[in-house]
Amino acid sequence: MNVMKTTDPRLHYLTPLKQTPFHPRTAAENRLNDWGPWAGYTTALSFGDTAMEHSAIRNTASVYDLCPMVKYRVTGPDAAAYLDRLTVRNASKLSVGGVHYTIWCDDAGKVIDDGTLFRLGPTDYRICCQERHLPWLLDSAIGYEVAIVEETEDVAALSLQGPCTYSVLKAAGFDVADLKPFRMRTFPFDGGEVMISRTGFTGDLGYELWTTPAHAIALWDHLFAAGAPWGIRPIGTHALDIARIEAGFIITNLDFIPVDQAVREDRARSPFELGLEWMVDFDKGHFTGRRALLKEKVNKSSKWALVGLDIDGNVSVEGSIIYQNGKTEVGTVTAACWSPSAKRNIALAQVRRPYHESGNLFVEVYALRELQYAKLMLPARVCERPFFAPPRRRTTPPAPF
Amino acid sequence: MIYDAVIVGAGHNGLVAACYLARAGLKVCVVEKNDWIGGAAVSRELYPGFTYSNCSYVASLFRPEIMRDLELPKFGLQILPYEGGAVFMENGDYLGMHRDHDANRREFARHSKRDAEAYDRYARDVLRHCRFIRPMLLRTAPDPSSFRPRDLSELAWLGKQMFGLSEAAMYDMIRFWTMSIGDFLDEYFEHPTVKAYQAVASIIGTALGPMSPGTAYVLLHHAMGDVDGNVGAWGFARGGMGSITKALKASLEAAGGEVRAGNGVEKILIRNGRAVGVALENGDEVHGKRVVSNMDVKRTFLRHVDEDELPGDFVKRVKAFKIRGSSGKLNIALDCAPTFTALPPNSPHMKGDMHFTDSIEKMERAYDDWKAGHYSADPFQDMMIPTMIDPTMTPPGKHFMSCFVQYAPPKIEGNDWTDADRDGFARACLDQIEKYAPGFKNSILHVEVRTPRELEKEVGLTEGNIFQGELTFDQLLFNRPVPGCAQYRSPIKDLWICGSSTHPGGGVMGAPGRNAASEILRDLRAPTKDMSEAYAVL
Amino acid sequence: MPSFDVIVIGGGTNGLAAAHRLQSSGRKVLVLESAAAAGGAALGHEFAPGFRSPGLAHVANQIDNRVMSGMDLARHGLGFVTSSVSSTALSATGDHLVLEGAAGASIKGNLSDADRKNWLALRKQLLSFAEVLAPFKQITAPRIAKGAGNEFGKLAKFGLNLRMLGKADFREFLRMILINVYDVVNDELTDKRLKGLLTFDATLGSWLGPRSPNSLILLLNRLSGEVAGQRATLALPKGGMAAVAEAMVKSAAASGVVVRTGAAVDSLLIEDDKAVGVTLANGEEVRAKLVVSAMNPKTTFLKLIGPRHLDAGFVKCIGDQKSRGAAAKLHLALKAAPDFRGADLKSRLVIAPSDDQVELAYNAVKYGEVPKRPVMEIVIPSAHETGFAPTGQHVLSAVVQFAPHKPKAGPDAARAEMLENTLAMLEEHAPGIRSLITHAELLMPYDIEARYGMVGGNWHHGELSVEQMLFLRPIAGIAQYATPIEGLWLAGAGCHPGGGISGAAGWNAAERILREVRA
Repeated sequence: MNVMKTTDPRLHYLTPLKQTPFHPRTAAENRLNDWGPWAGYTTALSFGDTAMEHSAIRNTASVYDLCPMVKYRVTGPDAAAYLDRLTVRNASKLSVGGVHYTIWCDDAGKVIDDGTLFRLGPTDYRICCQERHLPWLLDSAIGYEVAIVEETEDVAALSLQGPCTYSVLKAAGFDVADLKPFRMRTFPFDGGEVMISRTGFTGDLGYELWTTPAHAIALWDHLFAAGAPWGIRPIGTHALDIARIEAGFIITNLDFIPVDQAVREDRARSPFELGLEWMVDFDKGHFTGRRALLKEKVNKSSKWALVGLDIDGNVSVEGSIIYQNGKTEVGTVTAACWSPSAKRNIALAQVRRPYHESGNLFVEVYALRELQYAKLMLPARVCERPFFAPPRRRTTPPAPF
Repeated sequence: MIYDAVIVGAGHNGLVAACYLARAGLKVCVVEKNDWIGGAAVSRELYPGFTYSNCSYVASLFRPEIMRDLELPKFGLQILPYEGGAVFMENGDYLGMHRDHDANRREFARHSKRDAEAYDRYARDVLRHCRFIRPMLLRTAPDPSSFRPRDLSELAWLGKQMFGLSEAAMYDMIRFWTMSIGDFLDEYFEHPTVKAYQAVASIIGTALGPMSPGTAYVLLHHAMGDVDGNVGAWGFARGGMGSITKALKASLEAAGGEVRAGNGVEKILIRNGRAVGVALENGDEVHGKRVVSNMDVKRTFLRHVDEDELPGDFVKRVKAFKIRGSSGKLNIALDCAPTFTALPPNSPHMKGDMHFTDSIEKMERAYDDWKAGHYSADPFQDMMIPTMIDPTMTPPGKHFMSCFVQYAPPKIEGNDWTDADRDGFARACLDQIEKYAPGFKNSILHVEVRTPRELEKEVGLTEGNIFQGELTFDQLLFNRPVPGCAQYRSPIKDLWICGSSTHPGGGVMGAPGRNAASEILRDLRAPTKDMSEAYAVL
Repeated sequence: MPSFDVIVIGGGTNGLAAAHRLQSSGRKVLVLESAAAAGGAALGHEFAPGFRSPGLAHVANQIDNRVMSGMDLARHGLGFVTSSVSSTALSATGDHLVLEGAAGASIKGNLSDADRKNWLALRKQLLSFAEVLAPFKQITAPRIAKGAGNEFGKLAKFGLNLRMLGKADFREFLRMILINVYDVVNDELTDKRLKGLLTFDATLGSWLGPRSPNSLILLLNRLSGEVAGQRATLALPKGGMAAVAEAMVKSAAASGVVVRTGAAVDSLLIEDDKAVGVTLANGEEVRAKLVVSAMNPKTTFLKLIGPRHLDAGFVKCIGDQKSRGAAAKLHLALKAAPDFRGADLKSRLVIAPSDDQVELAYNAVKYGEVPKRPVMEIVIPSAHETGFAPTGQHVLSAVVQFAPHKPKAGPDAARAEMLENTLAMLEEHAPGIRSLITHAELLMPYDIEARYGMVGGNWHHGELSVEQMLFLRPIAGIAQYATPIEGLWLAGAGCHPGGGISGAAGWNAAERILREVRA
């Protein structure tokens, strides 16, 4: 008979959903026991009241457990050159201590994933993204002197978002007064380190805190102790989702299908089709997908547009089909909510070109009210994203609230 | 009494064809040589209290359209998806398979971090190929040499399917169809055991090794099935594979059809160039307006039809039809579940397929033995313990173990199998299991060993080939079984074939039987309202 | 330094053919060859004092007729000792079978009447299929796409020719196109020697065994070759295969092509994502409007260009392009004529005792091992003409299969084992031959790679297998000689229709360039 040790790596299947390093704390806070799976982890969908949690994002300070995000470390003399070839943005220009949002494409210029790129040192980067890409990252490394290591489980991360987060950090002893958006700084903490980046997924003032799993609980406790006067509270995915739609941010596999996962070929999207053309740097030299994207740009052959929609009324329009003139099917809503911050009925949508410029769009909504669906055709307008963008998100040094 | 159709062989395809014909109002009689029915989809009590799926042993390919058309669940059919699987490794570890996506990834990551993250892309690509081929299963292959409108329109349909793909996807498809699974897997994975696990489906039932071109297609043949829409998943028929044919028989009888078991066909009766019935071994004759043979193409035409009734070219092609058996089987009654030293206690891995071949190289070497006319010294086994899931087959706590074994040649160095050969073959298999589950042999209550010899003798599969003919391109689609004769018809009027020798080939799929019935009904201009078209691939 | 319109990298047969064709159209062409002489795999070398090998290839079965006449090779010195070398299936007992005429039109030796009759029928069928396929070698591989510049006229003719086979043969064509050669010969024939010879020929230069599906098409490919105006024949150029290279060099030079030898290309010059020239190993830059690489695709993309100028998926696919070579080349210096139990030394001598033996020899390389009993084809150039060996002595040239390209035992141990096993096979068929050997050279696939730059030692610069043919050659997406880098074209054996001393790939590439690029 085998002796079963709890650390036996073979027994991972007994817990197909792992707990994050913060789980002892999130579990204690999760009044409704409302959990959902995220990339192989158990994560809180809400802690008890989504509206209150969203309110914390826009009013005080919210804490979201980011651990399931997939992390890769890229190091070596060719790290910058490698990332320039991998991603569509200029990674060489990203200065040490800087972060940028980026995407990477396949040869045909279709988006594989988006993520944030952290430059930790001259030859040291971290990619933080939604999906797993090790084979692609390794294949892309052929001809480059780089090492690529998957380090998802080695990093514990929290997202601290809201107008009072600067104050909370200050109270916690982390002076980030002069830390500008998309910059990061490392602080000693608990005998180790915590790296704080002024980044987030809410479009508000906020920070992300990165440490090792060993210091995770201490970080959580320290933040909540320091943040108590501001009413700091943990938030779940539901509240974050509202905030990110307000901010106009897209999520892989919700707003677009990564090309390497698309079973149906026509689901693949280029940066132009996701409204991300602003980040494609054609002048930095060759990168994967460059030739295809240049062709798409010159030929204006993009087929789709990812747009923000403003919809009449206050009925949320998740999963709706979009029509022009009420009859031609032209697209699909990928995310939608009533925005408490913007007081508008908003959505992100994929619309077939050129209908994104055509006007006269409608969304078909089946609104369930007491076991009956009301079928609505609601007029919708393409509009600017973000839907909500408070100036405090960029102010440096930030105001206390 | 003259039936509208006499079906020869109560295997799953014969019964499927019979059911559809009966439901369309034809008077149908199925004749079967054995005392039991089912062909290679049978449940038999060969040891008291133990039910064996002693031929085919798992289900996935059986078309859901057929299950529904013929109301098989109403007649008792239940398919139970299985839960896990494992390859036992030479180094004492194992590679497990899990239904849960993340558990699967972590299991792969124990062996290769890269492979763990490569699997999704691989599964996606295979699924793409499955989606392409699934609609073809319930269609008659067109004759590319014909100018008949129907063949042309069917060719056009195929072309349309093809051109629905992007140029790059078309090339991927053509490469996939023509390459070896070994080469294909090399493009995705690095770990030998990960590759060996994926390669399993590419060699089952096949007289090829994983390094042979064309095996990637065979993988598809096993991956294009589903359990309740979960493409590529496999399951057990509750009560053994005989439950499928039992349900078919009940469905047939409910539709007014008959089954006569216990007397084989001696000769297919032909008068004036038309099939008019069959003469049985006991001298009885069963007359019908047409004869539909579920036997393989060699058996049908070379044993039960006079050669001078057939065109010479056709006979030549049938004689050259490749039907080399490659597998054997051990059916084992166990006093208790084996303990595999590699597995943690109560692991889900025993509720699925288990293997002992941890690299493509070992698999290929097993095939080299077959080429040389030997059974494999270090065989590949596809081992299942259905009773880990199905409580109906043995007394509680006891188990039925099914070991599908490759490779076993139709003849040993050109000679017929002897009992000593058979025993040596069994020993190689049992020793292999014992190595990974010490004490296993002591728990054996009974073993039934089936080499190609037994398979041919009992089930009537020529040379013991489980697919009624090899699945290489020269014997697929319009080439199956014979070019120009790939539409379930034969050179003899009113003699039809409906077994796995025809498109789309072997496995407990039912598609050949259904398609043959479709062609017969089309000729009769009879309604086929009870026959579903293939479910649309959305 | 004169300026050139086109730089051709690699002065092998394909590079020279492409250079000549482009020069003849009015472009100024420079060929850069890293070796001391142009000619690539056709070149022979002195492997022992006074003994010269006939080249990596030692018998010609397909010299593209456009190259032959377009370059007027005859006028530039290419002649043939014979254009109908017979093939002898050697028997260890002296009971040889000799195939004479195109594709064995007649057979001498003990052969049953049934086999004789069936062979002629099979031969006729295979030749008719080969005839249909032959024109494919002289077009750019079509793409399954709109606007791909496919040569529809020629494709339509192919379709028509296919239908003209008649219904029965058309069906047989579709049945057999992806079949294995083993089943075909066993369906029709019983004689082991004949089956051994045919399966050997089908798998020569490939990484497949006779039982591997898709192996018959390789035999058809061979039968569709043409040399000296004859289909499916074997010819010996006067002076060995090197004479082909020499004639091509002379012809190219006469047309105005500049051939620079000893000029190794280090990298491609890329500016603004366009190929504008090359940098030589000595640092010198040479510029031109177009660059044509007749090098191996892997070398071209991964070394000369480098991943940084290419997409990651493309680099992965080029890496995955299969290029396993399994043929070793043996050169023996013999102090006297060997005796293969009476076989005619002017014949191509094949040691492939049976189809199963060929398969068995293949088994080993699958695992990176050396076969116990290799199979081989032997040519003795010194039996035909002087100049290869001192008078009275002989050169034995043999292609020996199957040899591992990445042996588990390591390169030196594998070479030694392969040589020993090969010599043992020779001794079995020519008793006493070992005592005649004064020098032996065995080039394993990795030696061939080192010497000729053929990755994996594969003659075709990438396996010639169905999944790497036509629009999939060298890989999908670059099957029409153009590459993702504007101004860079491919013209080597890695492209359609593959290798051999033929020049077809180079000629096709040049035709494509002329069609696609305005002067």
